Amino acid sequence: MTAVKLNSAVLDIDPQAVADHICQRLVDIVGRDLRRRGVVVALSGGVDSSVCAALSVRAFGAGRVFGLLLPEKDSSSASEDLGRLVAEQLGIEHIKQNIAPTLEAIGCYRWRDEAIATVFPDYRSDWKSKLVIAGGIDGKFNYFKLVVQAPDGARQEKRLDHKQYLQIVAATNYKQRIRKTIEYFHADRLHYAVVGTPNRLEYDQGFFVKNGDGSADVKPIAHLYKTQVYALARYLGLPEVICTAKPTTDTYSLPQGQDEFYFALPYQKMDVALWAHNHGIAAAELAGSLGVSAEQANYIYQDIEKKRGTTRYLHSKAVLIDKVDEISPFA
Amino acid sequence: MKDIKAQVKQYVLENFLMGVDANKVADNTSFIGNGIIDSTGVLELVAFLERTYGIRVEDDEMVPENLDTLDNIEKYIRGKLT
Repeated sequence: MTAVKLNSAVLDIDPQAVADHICQRLVDIVGRDLRRRGVVVALSGGVDSSVCAALSVRAFGAGRVFGLLLPEKDSSSASEDLGRLVAEQLGIEHIKQNIAPTLEAIGCYRWRDEAIATVFPDYRSDWKSKLVIAGGIDGKFNYFKLVVQAPDGARQEKRLDHKQYLQIVAATNYKQRIRKTIEYFHADRLHYAVVGTPNRLEYDQGFFVKNGDGSADVKPIAHLYKTQVYALARYLGLPEVICTAKPTTDTYSLPQGQDEFYFALPYQKMDVALWAHNHGIAAAELAGSLGVSAEQANYIYQDIEKKRGTTRYLHSKAVLIDKVDEISPFA
Repeated sequence: MKDIKAQVKQYVLENFLMGVDANKVADNTSFIGNGIIDSTGVLELVAFLERTYGIRVEDDEMVPENLDTLDNIEKYIRGKLT
């Protein structure tokens, strides 16, 4: 029987204490363990990377944090503007590299468009698109629908079969992987460590690309619920627009919320659901808190577990046939 | 009348269990519950069923009651074919 209760304060933090702890750990990990001189942070304009950059500056000083702005064809223009706003506010050196030509050359857009055209034969590359997840919250199997929008604004949507789904995701995964390649170039050049910026919800639920944004040397906020990341953002004095923005994927050309693409619910509710699941809260109690039925609360718990199982692969390092005990990682 | 359970069992064994022990898949074995098929696998299974039986699996039919065991699948397919 658990003594833990679910209420609106369960995700509250003491932001100063949390920031102090993270900064101390960053110095220990990057300086002492990894023996690097600073950190590279790719800035998406979102709250996670902004908070990671601010914490890094607090830990190491602005002179030891290198920022990257890495837009491509489908990025919202706001992303670059917000990223630059944060870099300038923090006073860190930063450069911009548009990765669209690289993605073009490696076939990212072509492979994606080819798959989309098998779903909608009229599709052309000047159409916009996004993926929408469906099913899990209703107790159905999760599946993805492709939404396309022609230049005249007309929208269509259709369920993807597995070949189409896998090819579209594989193609768009190039974006995260190319960005990470650039981050590691600068890290090597500067002898810095690469910061990964997932929050707890993303890390726990496998919402990242293997060897893309899932790859890093240190992840300062992977243990923090998204709600707590926003609290830190306000404490660290980040721009208001960043402290209030809704999480997006910024990967598809149609604006797409993370809750549309992957999570069953908006982040505030997903945080509560994940916290509740981690603390053994009964589904009926979660249901009351979220304003959903007990049945749906159960589906949400099951969905959390399912996603953990399915995405275990994303967290896995290379698996050896037989152990090599002489070699061990830092953590 | 074609043996739907045998056909689907064969497909599951070959594609999701790499030919491992046929005894692992009984008529009422839950695919999802036993980690035999994950959510991407469900899409593959749906493609196989559509291809093999000439049916269209609608969005709202993608539920465990229709797809999660050999028994359920057979009942579902027979219902679609009649």
